[in-house]
Parts: sequence; C-alpha cells; structure tokens
Amino acid sequence: MPHIEILGASVRFGLVPILSNISLTLEPGEVAWLRGPNGAGKSTFLRLMAGLIRPFAGQALMFGETPGPSTRKRTGLVAHHPALYEELTLEENLTFFADLTATRHIRVDEALEAVGLAGARSRKARDSSEGMRRRADLARLLLTDHDLLLLDEAHSGLDRQAGGLVEALVERTIGRGGACVLVSHATEITFATRVVELNEGSLL
Amino acid sequence: MTFRRQALVILRRDLRIEGRTGEALLITLPFGLAALFLIPLALPLDTALLSRIGPGMFWAVTLLFGMFITFRQSAGESPAQHEQLRMLGVDPAARYTGRVIASTLLLIVFELVLAPTTILLFAPEPLDGWLWIVPLGVLVAIGLALIGTLVSDMTASLRGRSTLAPLLVAPLSIPLLVPAAQGLESIRTNNGILVPAMFMVLVVLALAVIGVMTAQPLEETT
Repeated sequence: MPHIEILGASVRFGLVPILSNISLTLEPGEVAWLRGPNGAGKSTFLRLMAGLIRPFAGQALMFGETPGPSTRKRTGLVAHHPALYEELTLEENLTFFADLTATRHIRVDEALEAVGLAGARSRKARDSSEGMRRRADLARLLLTDHDLLLLDEAHSGLDRQAGGLVEALVERTIGRGGACVLVSHATEITFATRVVELNEGSLL
Repeated sequence: MTFRRQALVILRRDLRIEGRTGEALLITLPFGLAALFLIPLALPLDTALLSRIGPGMFWAVTLLFGMFITFRQSAGESPAQHEQLRMLGVDPAARYTGRVIASTLLLIVFELVLAPTTILLFAPEPLDGWLWIVPLGVLVAIGLALIGTLVSDMTASLRGRSTLAPLLVAPLSIPLLVPAAQGLESIRTNNGILVPAMFMVLVVLALAVIGVMTAQPLEETT
C-alpha cells in the first residue's frame, strides 16, 4: 500500500491557488526529493502530505486512509522553521515532545548525543544557533519511529558534518520500510530515489 | 498517552514558559494595579462611593486585564509548534484543558495581588462572610480562562484577531461577572450567596463543555 496517494489535489488559501491538480504516489522505500523555485508551493505540498491541510478538490490519502490523528502519529515532520519553544532549553524541548509521545526520557539523552548536542542540553533554544536548533529539531525525530518522514529544508543551517544526520534519519526510516519526502535547495541528494519538480503550484 | 497526562504536559509547558518570561502576568499586573490606583483619582473624593464601587472595580479590572493574560498565553504557541502538536496526535481537548488550567492559575495570582490593593484603595465595607469571595474569585478565574482560551482558538486564523478577540470576550463574560457582583452584594446584605454561586457554576460547566467539544472542530478549521 502506498504511504501517500494524492490524486488531482488542489489547495488554496482563501481565493489564492497554491497547488493545482497535483497527483503523487509514494511507495514504501522511496525517497522523493521535492524541489522547485521559491514560492512554488513545496512547503504547502508537504503539509498536504502530512495531513495538516485538506485539498478543496481531489483526494489525499496517507497509508490508505483519510489523514487524521492516527496517520499523523506515524509521520515525522520537520518544518521550515524548527518548532522549538524559545524559553525552554534544548533538553526541555525534547523532553516535552517525549512526554507527549510517552517516550522514555533516556531516549532524550540518546537523541541529544546522536546529534552532537549533549554538551548544549541546558542552553535555551533562543540562545542557540540556527544549526543547533535544526539539530535539536532533527533529534526530535529520533524519539519515536516513523513510517513517513517529511523534511522541509532539513539541511538548512547545518554544517557538512551535521548534514549526514539527515541522511542517517532517512536511512533509518527506509530501513524500517518507510518512505521519505525531502524539500531541499541542495544541488545534489545522492540518496534520493526520485526527483519531483514543482513550479507555480503544479508538478512538472 | 491519556487525556489527563497530555493536559498536564501542556500545563507544565505553559507555566514553565510563563515562569521564565513573565510575559502574561508581569506585563499585565502593573497595568491592572495602575488602573485600580487611577480610578479613585478620577472620582470625587467620596469615601462612601469608593467603598461601594470597590468590589465592582475589582471585577472590571480582573476582566479587562485578565483577558490579556489568556490571550498572551495563547499567543505563546506559534503555528509551527501547534502543527507539531497535531502531528504528535495531541488531543485538541487536552491541549485546550492544559491551557485553560494554566490561564486559571495565572488569573488567580492576578486576583490575589489585586484584592489587597482594592481593599487598600477603596476600603470596601468589611464583610462577615468574606471567605465566600474566594470561591467567587476562583469561579471568575476559571470562567475567564475558559472564555479567553476558546475565543483565542476561534479567532486563531483571523486577520483582525487582536481586535475581535477582546470584543468577543467582554460580552461572553457578562454571565460570570454579573452573578459575581451579585454574590458580593448578597454577602454584604446577608442574603445568602447560593443562587449567584450556583449560577456561576452552571456557566463555568457550560463553558467547559463547549470548549472541550469544539476543540477538535476548531483545530481542523485552522
């Protein structure tokens, strides 16, 4: 069963069309690289795939179902901007997400260690660099297992060493039979299995 | 992950953030105190009049500045953060409940600071059953928190949110504040507080049910 099945979906915000007649199927094991110019609708497309927005025309299915709480729980999303709470430390941010998913706190320590932030755990998110915040956001994905990863500019702010974290996360998900969609302005993503071009809300 | 646990996690987050920033309380409290201080200066020097209007001023300032506490609480969550909670499968009703409890606690602190200031500035008549003011204050705090959080969710995706939200909170608070004022009057005249208190309990229960039941549909529409 495809992890994502979008058929003729169109999305608009108010009267402004964002996506027009989009169709996409994502099978387990696939890593789709979604690219296009600024304003093409990539982030909106990702949110459609995450089940956070509904199309006003067409259909969008996740894991064969209409998107809802049960399908979203199986999906890991890294948005354009890290969803960290500025006044909480990096550790407290991860602990907050761990508590909401009934994840043991030991995994918070492991996740911080894995992304190289063990020494900065007590730093507030607002006092952390963009790269550190992005690492912490990626660490959040290590707290639980996902069948689908949606990564919006996950490489943004990361140095070359940390960029390997994204690939490791993707490999971990694919290894479990999952799928992944990455939005990236990188010139090359070697581990992508297909490229999806988006321009002005339409697939090329 | 149970409803109760999710609500507690949200509550802990809100209180921790408020404890570090003081944005909701420490910004609003001075304005509330200033309002209480300035009102007597704007009136003729009539201690009997001040004594009579003191309790009403307390409720009015609680409403006016209390709504800002709940809005600032609600504004503390960005759209990206809210979307992450949706991705984690957090029950919208649990999220609503956690935020309401956090706002209630802050409003109670707000009232606890305002109350002695009101007594000091307005010297209201001593009341025999003054302890009954405590449940009235708690019910007002809970009710305002319920209304403020609900209105905040209703207006989340609207452009004129910061204008519309207070305009919605004020009339919705009337069923709370009128019986609260009547309750104080009942205490003053020894007429028994049961009727206004029970009315307030019913209003709070109705608001709680509405808030919890509309949490999911409101989230899906934003």
